[in-house]
Amino acid sequence: MSDWKPICRVDEIPVLGARRVARDGAVAVAVFRNADDKVFALLDRCPHKGGPLSQGIVFGESVACPLHNWTIGLADGCAKAPDEGCTPAFACKVEGGEVFLDAGELAGKALDLPAPVAGPKLKTAA
Amino acid sequence: MKKMKLVMVGNGMAGVRTLEELLKIAPDLYEITVFGAEPHPNYNRILLSPVLAGEQTIDEIILNPLSWYAENGITLHAGKKVVDIDRVKRVVRADDGTEAEYDRLLIATGSKPFILPVPGKDLDGVIAYRDIADTNTMIEAAARYQHAVVIGGGLLGLEAANGLMLRGMQVTVVHIMPWLMERQLDDVAGKLLQKSLEDRGLKFLIGAQTQELVGDKDGRVMAVRFKDGQEIPADLVVMAAGIRPNTELAEKIGIHCNRGIVVTDTMQTVTDPRVYSVGECAAHRGIAYGLVAPLFEQGKVCATHLAQFGIGRYTGSQTSTKLKVTGIDLFSAGNFMGGKDHEEIVMSDPYGGVYKKLVIKDDKLVGACLYGDTVDGSWYFKLLREGRSIGDLRDKLMFGEAGAGIGDVGHEGHTRAAAMPDDAEVCGCNGVNKGTICKAIKEKGLFTLEEVKKHTKASASCGSCTGLVEQILMFTAGGDYSKAPTKKAMCGCTDASHQETREAIKAEHLLTIDSVYKRLGWRTPNGCSTCRPAINYYLISSWPKEARDDPQSRFINERSHANIQKDGSYSVIPRMWGGETTADELRRIADAVDKYKIPTVKVTGGQRIDLLGVKKEDLQAVWKDIGMPSGHAYAKALRTVKTCVGSEWCRFGTQDSTQMGKDLERAMWRMYAPHKVKFAVSGCPRNCAEAGIKDVGIIGVDSGWEMYVAGNGGIKTEVAHFFVKLKTAEEVLEYTGAFCQLYREEGWYLERTVHYVGRVGLDYVKKKILDDAAGRKALWERLQFSLDGEPDPWFEFDKAAVDTRQFAPLGASA
Repeated sequence: MSDWKPICRVDEIPVLGARRVARDGAVAVAVFRNADDKVFALLDRCPHKGGPLSQGIVFGESVACPLHNWTIGLADGCAKAPDEGCTPAFACKVEGGEVFLDAGELAGKALDLPAPVAGPKLKTAA
Repeated sequence: MKKMKLVMVGNGMAGVRTLEELLKIAPDLYEITVFGAEPHPNYNRILLSPVLAGEQTIDEIILNPLSWYAENGITLHAGKKVVDIDRVKRVVRADDGTEAEYDRLLIATGSKPFILPVPGKDLDGVIAYRDIADTNTMIEAAARYQHAVVIGGGLLGLEAANGLMLRGMQVTVVHIMPWLMERQLDDVAGKLLQKSLEDRGLKFLIGAQTQELVGDKDGRVMAVRFKDGQEIPADLVVMAAGIRPNTELAEKIGIHCNRGIVVTDTMQTVTDPRVYSVGECAAHRGIAYGLVAPLFEQGKVCATHLAQFGIGRYTGSQTSTKLKVTGIDLFSAGNFMGGKDHEEIVMSDPYGGVYKKLVIKDDKLVGACLYGDTVDGSWYFKLLREGRSIGDLRDKLMFGEAGAGIGDVGHEGHTRAAAMPDDAEVCGCNGVNKGTICKAIKEKGLFTLEEVKKHTKASASCGSCTGLVEQILMFTAGGDYSKAPTKKAMCGCTDASHQETREAIKAEHLLTIDSVYKRLGWRTPNGCSTCRPAINYYLISSWPKEARDDPQSRFINERSHANIQKDGSYSVIPRMWGGETTADELRRIADAVDKYKIPTVKVTGGQRIDLLGVKKEDLQAVWKDIGMPSGHAYAKALRTVKTCVGSEWCRFGTQDSTQMGKDLERAMWRMYAPHKVKFAVSGCPRNCAEAGIKDVGIIGVDSGWEMYVAGNGGIKTEVAHFFVKLKTAEEVLEYTGAFCQLYREEGWYLERTVHYVGRVGLDYVKKKILDDAAGRKALWERLQFSLDGEPDPWFEFDKAAVDTRQFAPLGASA
């Protein structure tokens, strides 16, 4: 059985926009709302270079990654051809105007995927 | 109503062009009959040389196939030579007895080659070079014989010689004058040309006078004998010693001829107003033209009169010449020989095979002769025809358009096409200018040279402007020019182009993205990341204070008012007016760096301080702590105004460039534009602020300010064009503002000023801003209206439509 966790109300997500759900020690989850008030959840990490999809432009059932403009399908997290790759999608439901994510997935899914790095950390990381 | 009857005698380029022009403006006025002595439809006589050289086929040079005549209801009698005309009964009669009545008669019989009156001129193997039959004779001869002699070292003779040589013959060109192409080249260029043709394998006998053509026992030519007794073998002799207007028929029917059929400015014969004449057979003001451009001009005028519009006068033409021998570039125009009271500027590099001569009289360019490097030919020709004073250009004139600083916009080979103003002529044959080509490319979605040829006729005649047309195509249609999609749509969501979208928004007062979708038939429900930001920009720039900015249709940087970095953090660049700061500001910046653990602090290329690696949730607090306005370094907007120290401190400074920069920045900050906009102001010509590569660069000089526009320091370094010299700081504000507003109103989204100006032409921009004082002031006022009361997005969140929810993540614990 899923353990649905309330996240926010649908109207707290901008139309054709997204919010980020922070996770301790792991990449955040992005929840998107499209023009039809459908809500989707993806790991906030483009399969290309790890760009935060929550910051992208939402259209139809897709989001354009803000870093290099890859188009990622909101339903499956997969890049549109000719690009290739998928980011994990998260279970998500809306009930009574409230958005729910699966608590188990939030706590345990895609914990190993690293966040992108920039700045001085690049040199110290390696 | 019964149609009038128009009969045309001659089925060549000038005549058929006249019919085309006529059909365009009065398609139903006449019942048209055409007689042509050759058994072909109208073909491009200029391209016989490439056919001879094996570079093109006869089929490829047909201009009007038989179907064209049929479609336009024209009766064509091909292969029927008109032998008589009864001007009283108004009947034309051909050699086979075919007759046609006329109400209007057009004589376009062209010219005949001049055949040297020497013994042996009627031998087999002695031909002229004039039509398809001659060309075929030469092609056949080249397959069977070895030695060819071309008599005449003019344009036609050299093209014939080159073609025969390429077909494997040993060719000698006999020329009686002291150098080749003496009517188009001066002695230096003529000799360079000879050298280069000799290197290719042609032989020349310069100054040789032909005495006799010697035949063999079968009556075929075998040698050419000269006055000095010399004799050379010849299996084929091509007479290319010039042409004469073909006036035989006209003279026979009593039309006044004097070195051609004498016509008035309306192309009517002076003898009979029902009878017109155009082309190489017509003598206008004593000149029978032999080049296609003037003949087409005549055709246009003639057509308007035949159409009974009665407008248009032909007043003569300036001509220029290019040789169609692949790999040889030469150009001449006007009085290239010079003479008394003329001055000459000459550049000569015989070793490098480059020679340029410009002839100037009374401060005007009157002639040009170029060999080896003809890239500026059309520019010189334009200066020549415009008769403009070249005083301001004189010292740079020799270095061409780019060198004169009139169009240096960069690299990739499209330098010239990009820099050409819209009214510059590209195709000298058909009189097609750049604007017409650009317009056709854009409106009709043309992507191949063939399409451009078909739609505009540019490069459809002699083909020597093909390279330039391709440049324009590449520049106008972008990188896709050869892929031939039907149209340059904005993106996959629509067939509408950027221009169509802009125009619809303006014309129909559209205020929302949805209304644009509806009006222009978008195929997607909410566009995509390409079209939506563009439409949003077009709306807010077209209808300031009316259309509402939609943050969800903006790229993340303009939604979060910071610049996203590769790890999803942001950079913050506060505005420092003119690049000047204070201890207070620096202290606040330093404190914020410590407080928010900002990993990198860097000075930008635009003289501002960049704080890199700010977490999104800290952005609002960092803005507030620093307490400086948004630098808009993340936006398609005015970014920085880079300045040098200027006269306040600098011992060389002539103007207070820092203050000018601050004033410009305060006047125009928050200005969204199709793309980012950068200014720079230097206080003296040392130009320490590097104003030459900015969208607007201002350089202080002792007497005021020089304004430069449309420079670029990006992927392609492109030097800004000098725009205007101004006296006061107020003028600098007004002109800069007007230029920016024009770009804001007309630029396509993501088009930098350099590309915008390249697209519309600098002359157009000058016309809008320099020549039209009221228009300029109106532009400047519209910009001020747009910017008045615009919010600072770092502080006025509501007014700037900043959705602050984005800065707070949803806690997983919520």
